[in-house]
Amino acid sequence: MKEIVVISGKGGTGKTSITASFAYLEGKDVVVADCDVDAADMHLLMQPDFAKSEDFFSGEIAVIDQEKCTKCGKCADVCRFDAIPVINDLYVVQPLDCEGCGYCARVCPEDAITNESQNVGKWYISTIKTGSTMVHARLGIGADNSGKLVAKVKNEAKQIAKENNKDYIIIDGSPGTGCPVVSSLSGANFVILVTEPTVAGLHDLKRVYELVKKFHIEAGCIINKSDLNLQVSGEIENFLKEEKIIHISSLPYDETFTTAMTYGKTIVEYDEGNLKEIIKESWEKVIGIVRGR
Amino acid sequence: MKIAIASGKGGTGKTTLSTNLAGYFAEKGEVILTDLDVEEPNSGLFIKGEFVHKEGKYNMIPEWEQEKCTLCGLCQEVCNFHAVIQLVDQIMIFPELCHGCYACSELCPVDALPMVPKKMGELNHFQKDKLTFVESRLDIGQEQAVPLISQTNEYIDKHFHKEALKLYDSPPGTSCPVIEAVKNADFVILVTEPTPFGLHDLKLAVDTLKELKKKFGVVVNRYGIGNDDVVNYCKKENIALIAKIPNSRRIAELYSRGELIYQKIPGVKHQFEEIEKYIFTNI
Repeated sequence: MKEIVVISGKGGTGKTSITASFAYLEGKDVVVADCDVDAADMHLLMQPDFAKSEDFFSGEIAVIDQEKCTKCGKCADVCRFDAIPVINDLYVVQPLDCEGCGYCARVCPEDAITNESQNVGKWYISTIKTGSTMVHARLGIGADNSGKLVAKVKNEAKQIAKENNKDYIIIDGSPGTGCPVVSSLSGANFVILVTEPTVAGLHDLKRVYELVKKFHIEAGCIINKSDLNLQVSGEIENFLKEEKIIHISSLPYDETFTTAMTYGKTIVEYDEGNLKEIIKESWEKVIGIVRGR
Repeated sequence: MKIAIASGKGGTGKTTLSTNLAGYFAEKGEVILTDLDVEEPNSGLFIKGEFVHKEGKYNMIPEWEQEKCTLCGLCQEVCNFHAVIQLVDQIMIFPELCHGCYACSELCPVDALPMVPKKMGELNHFQKDKLTFVESRLDIGQEQAVPLISQTNEYIDKHFHKEALKLYDSPPGTSCPVIEAVKNADFVILVTEPTPFGLHDLKLAVDTLKELKKKFGVVVNRYGIGNDDVVNYCKKENIALIAKIPNSRRIAELYSRGELIYQKIPGVKHQFEEIEKYIFTNI
């Protein structure tokens, strides 16, 4: 079983549309994991049935029992996150500021503070329109611990793939370079970088690839909207050569990406032309690389 | 006055709006633009100012002093993040898991875990006529954006007048880095695109801002592509639709080269006037 992760650094490069197309092409042989838990969109294209859903608990939050509190202020003194201000003469924990370190509870002389585990979201196991399985999630508002939810989604997908002898897991990662991205990269066999020929696209590609290098994972790149700026496209190709990143394919600037999405379809379902062919060839190339190792 | 530019979905045009709005306002007076998308900061690609100042940004993590340590095990016990682990004859620290709460350090009975600064990123400050630009970038491999965003906000609050017009280019998503970026804003502009992904993530962002009790309005970028669902949603929910920036390959091309659009595309400047009018009559 091989784990293929799709990331982009920059948002809006077409990562999810391309990932969904790959998932559609591979049909029942691939388990899909939507690890962009912050703004998960893959379900809009894959028609999941949300058959199984579970709450996700992670991290703690301090709760002060006002009956026991003697207002000594020790909790607020030790809190490094300014999460316990005095409001109407009471020490009150601000949930969005509390990091759940538990330091306040340890120093409270009255044992008035308890740590309660936090429900930070929900995760789902669904059957999708290809007949395959997708693991996805929804992070609660302003929740911390998105990296842990990513790990949960990924591990569930792995488990399902193992139990059902599936060849691949395809993972839609999140933008950026921080904890959710790190979490989606760990343990991957191959990374697909989806970029666009804009100064921002190239800048973000370089940063996120620096992160990929730390994991020693082989990478390939798809340049989407490649004819938007031929000069930057050329610069991206040079960067790929220098870094020995496989240039999987270049896709044209094409509003079919959006049109297909408005019909709730993947590009390979909706498009009958060139775009569909390039995406098909791209996936065959990825499979070839991953199998060959 | 603090105005944050945010969006649920990435790539909807936060940076385009932030940099162009900053350029537009700078024609009239002082404005400070801060890039808080510290994982992938892009605003600087569009604003080429004179370098003013640079500083390393550090968070505090514990460092083990072997000769003092009695291996009592309290540090491991108090760490809720498993960042301090006691092995048979040593203490191991995992900096990327540490949240900097100081519990292990301050509760250690023999002061064997002093807190020391560890670099997490860098802040850069530039000036271009009336436009001040500050950006922070997280070092690659650093996982936690929140402390850097928080320190960048402190830098702005310390160096600039409270009444000054401040714009903040925020990170995408709805989790902790976004909260940190928008929590002190007087007004939030949510940038979206009229597509199913745009709408879905806009709803998440709206829920987040309602929870934070923030004033906000929506700017639709790439207007004309996709469908009318975003516009209808805003109407139904009584959300102010402040401006519409047209879908145009020409805009995408200018953006791709790192150029500002508001002076070059007919009609766009008018949309910025609408944004200005809305913000100043509603705050």
